[in-house]
Amino acid sequence: MKLSLAQVEHVASLARLALTEREVELFREQLSSILDYAERLHDLDTDAIPITATVLPLEAIVRADRVQPSLLLQDVLSDAPAVEQNCFRVPPVFEGEA
Amino acid sequence: MTDLAHLTIHQAGALLGQRAISSVELTQAVLERILAVDNEVKAYLTLSPEWALAQAAEADRRRAAGEGHPLLGIPLAIKDVICVEGLPTTCGSRILSDYVPPFSATAVEKLQAAGAVILGKTNTDEFAMGSSTENSAYFATRNPWDLDRVPGGSSGGSAAAVAAGMALGALGSDTGGSVRQPAALCGVVGLKPTYGRVSRWGLVAFASSLDQIGCLARSVADLALLLGTIAGHDPRDSTSAEMAVPDYAASLTGDVRGLRVGVPQEYLSAEMQPEVETAVRAAIDTLAKLGAEVVEVSLPHTDYALPAYYLIAPAEASANLARYDGVRYGLSELDAPGQSLWDGYGKTRGAGFGPEVKRRIMLGTYALSAGYHEAYYLKASRVRTLIRRDFDRALEACDVLVTPTTPTTAFRLGERLDDPLQMYLADTFTLALSLAGLCGLSLPCGFDGQGLPIGLQVMGGAFDEAMVLRVAHAYEQATRWALYPVLAPRPLQRAEAQNRRVRTGERAEGIETQ
Repeated sequence: MKLSLAQVEHVASLARLALTEREVELFREQLSSILDYAERLHDLDTDAIPITATVLPLEAIVRADRVQPSLLLQDVLSDAPAVEQNCFRVPPVFEGEA
Repeated sequence: MTDLAHLTIHQAGALLGQRAISSVELTQAVLERILAVDNEVKAYLTLSPEWALAQAAEADRRRAAGEGHPLLGIPLAIKDVICVEGLPTTCGSRILSDYVPPFSATAVEKLQAAGAVILGKTNTDEFAMGSSTENSAYFATRNPWDLDRVPGGSSGGSAAAVAAGMALGALGSDTGGSVRQPAALCGVVGLKPTYGRVSRWGLVAFASSLDQIGCLARSVADLALLLGTIAGHDPRDSTSAEMAVPDYAASLTGDVRGLRVGVPQEYLSAEMQPEVETAVRAAIDTLAKLGAEVVEVSLPHTDYALPAYYLIAPAEASANLARYDGVRYGLSELDAPGQSLWDGYGKTRGAGFGPEVKRRIMLGTYALSAGYHEAYYLKASRVRTLIRRDFDRALEACDVLVTPTTPTTAFRLGERLDDPLQMYLADTFTLALSLAGLCGLSLPCGFDGQGLPIGLQVMGGAFDEAMVLRVAHAYEQATRWALYPVLAPRPLQRAEAQNRRVRTGERAEGIETQ
């Protein structure tokens, strides 16, 4: 099964990835062949098999809600591309088409 | 004069303990080795010589004050997906080219508490996605046994550094084989612990149900030491197991009499380089001669591990890598005037990620998207259950399983870059164990006709690292595979060496292509 250009572009937009035309074409080919390869999973009847999402026993991990030492604000902000008033600065969210 | 750079951790530890050498001398010897050969091998992304020597001097002071942890003063390398406070952590990606973490991974903190000396950060496929270290955004690392070949990946920088005398041991990470596969291709030993054995705090996430920090070294005893140091529960990682850490050194008895060694038929009948099969069969014979009982077993869903892995891991990666949005850290192209936030995300990520990372984000996003989630992601997760059950059944009858680590020895640089599926096949023998969340290691078991190392994989049950180490150690003691390559150094010119000391500077030039 070959993915359509529109499918590849839709996935790229879901993934928030701006791709070049060349990348769209390349991924269309490569993803199609990887997905074809994955089709072999459908040789197996798994209707009665539960999923494994984690190999650990599924238990909620809880701890006491106590104040503990944490990173200093200046250290947390030290890698930020843009900082204002001790906050991460981002472009306007509710303007234009967002 | 002893070649200090090629000692095992235990050999160096003995000399340090006798005061025959100091950590400063040892660290200096390893730094000189790096300057002599890393121009060719390119294992390190960031080298921190001044800091390394300061740590070594501190280790010598601690020893003089009476401390004596076996890692005190031992120079180690850290894969660049693991945070070390104050050193760049790039994950081999442009999107993190300037990222300097304000904290260290728990595993690193534990090594530092023991007194280990951190030399620098080693090259990796971008976000650990790859099998050759060619997916690094900075440069490809080369195999010390043949510089025209790959070291494997994604922990290729750590494996090459250990093989070439540029670190006595190293940390790596293993999601589908990223410690075991490069260990095999570089002729060193490499361990992937059980999921939950080692805290992942400070390991940059790739696929959260699979990722595990592992270690690489030149002897099984060294692996036991490194694992014993970094293992254990960590309140900062809710997936780390609340289980006591056994004395792994005590398991290295050299005795495998009466142990049952399973040989999964699906692995030995798979397509592989004939010399790999010959070497692995000879290794199995050696274990039998040592008194182990060799049992044929079956892991019937082996062929489905690769397609299941390459849906599950990318699906998890697509969610984990959503965090690279140009807001809190990393490359940001959010600020262009008149651009929507939405477009800014796309531009940031389009410019910051390399081809393999984009490919996996696309694949994972597709596998999780409406209409395909059941057919791909959930289907693969059901097959994962079948794979786990295979291992449960096989390990009921055996103490460990042995297989080849990889179907071929090191392949040529560039050979598989244009064909993702061919590249993924390099992991074909390591993926199933990762999906099952169990432990395994690779150790050298011979060479092919071209002098390239072959790896033997020893796999064990959940939290049974002691058994895996015991069997590997007994095999290692009974054989004598040379553990390091003869690498003709091409000494750097003095001026060149000065410039190379901190590789971050060089890197910064290489990436300004935007």
